Amino acid sequence: MADLANDIHAQVQDALQRQQPLAIQGSNSKSFYGNPCEAQVLEVSGHSGILHYEPAELVLTARAGTSLQTIHQCLHVHGQMLGFEPPAFGEQATLGGTIACNLSGPRRPYAGAARDFVLGCRIINGHGQIMQFGGEVMKNVAGYDVSRLMAGAMGTLGVLLDISIRVIPRPQQEFTIRKEVDTDKALQVIARWSQRPMPISAACHDGNHLYFRLSGNESALKSAHNKMGGDLVGEDGDMWVRLREHTHTFFDVDRPLWRLSVPPNTPMLAVDGKTFLDWGGAQRWLVSTSSADSIRRITTRAGGHATLYRNGPRQEDAFQPLPAPMLQIQQQLKQAFDPQHILNPGRMYKAL
Amino acid sequence: MRVQNSIDKKQLLDRLSRILDSDSILHEAEDLRPYECDGLSAYRRLPLVVTLPETIDQVQTIVRICHEQRIPVIARGAGTGLSGGALPREDAVLLSLARLNKIIAVDPQQRLASVQPGVRNLAISEAVAEHGLYYAPDPSSQIACTIGGNVAENSGGVHCLKYGLTVHNISRLKIVTIDGELLTIGSHALDSPGYDLLALMTGSEGMLGIIVEITVKLLPIPERAQVIMAAFDDVEQAGHAVGNIIADGIIPAGLEMMDNPAIRAAEDFVHAGYPVDAAAILLCELDGTNEEVSEQVMRVRSLLTNNAATQITTAANEAERQKLWKGRKAAFPAVGRIAPDYYCMDGTIPRSKLAWVLRRISELSDEYQLPVANVFHAGDGNLHPLILYDANKPGELENTETLGGRILELCIEAGGTITGEHGVGIEKIDQMCIQFDEQELQQFHAIKAAFDPLSLLNPGKAVPTLHRCAEFGAMHVHGGQLPHPELERF
Ligand SMILES: Cc1cc2nc3c(=O)[nH]c(=O)nc-3n(C[C@H](O)[C@H](O)[C@H](O)COP(=O)(O)OP(=O)(O)OC[C@H]3O[C@@H](n4cnc5c(N)ncnc54)[C@H](O)[C@@H]3O)c2cc1C
Repeated sequence: MADLANDIHAQVQDALQRQQPLAIQGSNSKSFYGNPCEAQVLEVSGHSGILHYEPAELVLTARAGTSLQTIHQCLHVHGQMLGFEPPAFGEQATLGGTIACNLSGPRRPYAGAARDFVLGCRIINGHGQIMQFGGEVMKNVAGYDVSRLMAGAMGTLGVLLDISIRVIPRPQQEFTIRKEVDTDKALQVIARWSQRPMPISAACHDGNHLYFRLSGNESALKSAHNKMGGDLVGEDGDMWVRLREHTHTFFDVDRPLWRLSVPPNTPMLAVDGKTFLDWGGAQRWLVSTSSADSIRRITTRAGGHATLYRNGPRQEDAFQPLPAPMLQIQQQLKQAFDPQHILNPGRMYKAL
Repeated sequence: MRVQNSIDKKQLLDRLSRILDSDSILHEAEDLRPYECDGLSAYRRLPLVVTLPETIDQVQTIVRICHEQRIPVIARGAGTGLSGGALPREDAVLLSLARLNKIIAVDPQQRLASVQPGVRNLAISEAVAEHGLYYAPDPSSQIACTIGGNVAENSGGVHCLKYGLTVHNISRLKIVTIDGELLTIGSHALDSPGYDLLALMTGSEGMLGIIVEITVKLLPIPERAQVIMAAFDDVEQAGHAVGNIIADGIIPAGLEMMDNPAIRAAEDFVHAGYPVDAAAILLCELDGTNEEVSEQVMRVRSLLTNNAATQITTAANEAERQKLWKGRKAAFPAVGRIAPDYYCMDGTIPRSKLAWVLRRISELSDEYQLPVANVFHAGDGNLHPLILYDANKPGELENTETLGGRILELCIEAGGTITGEHGVGIEKIDQMCIQFDEQELQQFHAIKAAFDPLSLLNPGKAVPTLHRCAEFGAMHVHGGQLPHPELERF
């Protein structure tokens, strides 16, 4: 719980003077994610603490180094939670790292991604300037939406100092139902129920079983279960936690783990390996030794993109290469925030 | 590169006529007149030329020609914007997207619809209703405004407390960049690699690119929707009730507040059944599954009772629900009937500051001797004070604008923002100097330059130059000067 903004600011300014690139680091729980960035470490996890939390306003503002755990605990007391159900991938995972990576869990298709909940932020850009965008209010269209742009920018546009996020009430009840169906059938079932007003808050398929999580009040859940059928797995949401945190046995491998992001009801893709569907089919975990090129080609053809998530060969790009005109705009944007390439250079793309 | 000072209009028309029919190019004063303003009608200017393309190809060529000739381009949807975002310039081509008005594809399985930018907001929900789906963001102007304009403004509606703003409900955009290239942003998957340009484009007010196709997300029509109206003797109580409903874990589909002047105007106009002696009313819509709505209606009714509501009415059927909403949806035109003119403000504040802000607005209203009616997206803190005035009385428009500026500054003081959903445009450009410091404004300019280095897309809107801010600062100190001395007024 300390305000290290001035300290971090001074370090960025110093690095700028020395033309010394910085690798921004929270708890280092996501070091596996993205490309390696060889640079001087800028430690930011010490800049932590919840600054403002107003349950009735559905807004929480915290320093970027605040741990997700601290935030969960604080929200829990007031019957609220983070709507994007972020994976932590480590006990000390920070809010800043989570937002910078735009990481969202199983609830994502039904409640929104990390970026959807960002309301405002204070950052240090690559000129070493402290700036504030957005705010603590739900609706704000003054100026370009820089705060949301920070989500998923992997620290390459600015060092996140403070972040305001929208929070949501915790559902009264949740339960999980399970059906034994194959993957193709599962995609059809998901598509069918997703077109109806059902209290679904997660849908996944582990290769053998389709799981739906339902959230709401008891009578609504019972009535939904009656319509949808399937076995009640019980109220414990462990399966979703294991999926979210990659502690499920599926992820217990040392072969490359890919994340395929595709339109949800894309038929199963013809790639070798085993697949776990999350996000109602829109996020597919693939363990495969096929070549990056072929995985990316097939995913692109389906209208999606592939990320080499874990265990990849070091020389391989983590993120899907961008088409030239898109890369150019993104480079120009990088230029607008960090012309000297001081902040996490190469972490996302070599050119950014 | 130098921006040309004198524009070769003849050369421009020549080149445009090679790709557009004559009825798609307007350049005579009487044909240009309908385009001289948007919904902020106090400011008017004729454009150099209006183009009405029907294909993306034509849009690309028009933009390319303008780029080559260094002529600014101003996109326009339906022109319902309330901040002067589509206000023309004499040296600029006005690019109307109104004829790009086709629904390209509806995919009920993926719950997506791809549409052209000139499609009206409501037309999307109408077109997908047969699949039991709808498009959630519903600005009150939804019969008229275009989806392209909605993206450019990040528009909201009464349902955005629960279902989000435009930015939460779109999946892919195709834009034409200033050099005439077609760029796809986002995808039909739930995310895309690289920076989140979808977020950056949304709400960018035509400053970064021309939006030529939009894929919107669709939602299943809820099983049931129920609206409750509650009346209060005291605005502050109504504000507390809003906070208590949300703190209780309920996110209503809509949660709207109107104060007494707004209630009276709306009741006079559409006879919605509002209690005209109430200090404030709340409209609370609950939607979801049957069971959930039943339970929430009970909880909300009891919360309202505990918060000193003097009257609580639950719509007994769909017709009654529509009737209760009708008054709210018609609030702007209703206020338009009780005064020769009205000026609609759009600040957002933390809800806890509501009572204080309303009190200050009422003091300011006395100070400037201009009545103010308040319509409020209470759930998300978005306030629409409507200032009643008479433009024919000398000085009253200027007085109104000054009061409007004071109200926006009040919103900043309360920890809020100068615009929740209507955009900065030309209207609030000076208040941007208060909300953001020099470095932040420079950062905005740098973002613009990343897309549009020559500043040809809607120049002069949304982000003030530092020079302008310096002048505004000086004016603030000396007082008494007009907000937009460079613009002609009506
Ligand atoms: C009675 C009334 C009620 C309203 N209620 C609401 C409300 O509840 N919520 C709300 O959010 N707004 C509301 N508005 C404001 C307005 O309707 C919205 O801002 C709307 O999104 C504007 O759409 P339009 O098609 O009319 O855009 P225009 O007014 O034509 O343009 C708006 C801006 O978008 C740009 N633009 C338009 N099309 C494109 C494109 N294809 N590509 C790039 N830039 C483009 C223009 O340059 C301009 O800057 C209301 C307005 C009125 C008159």
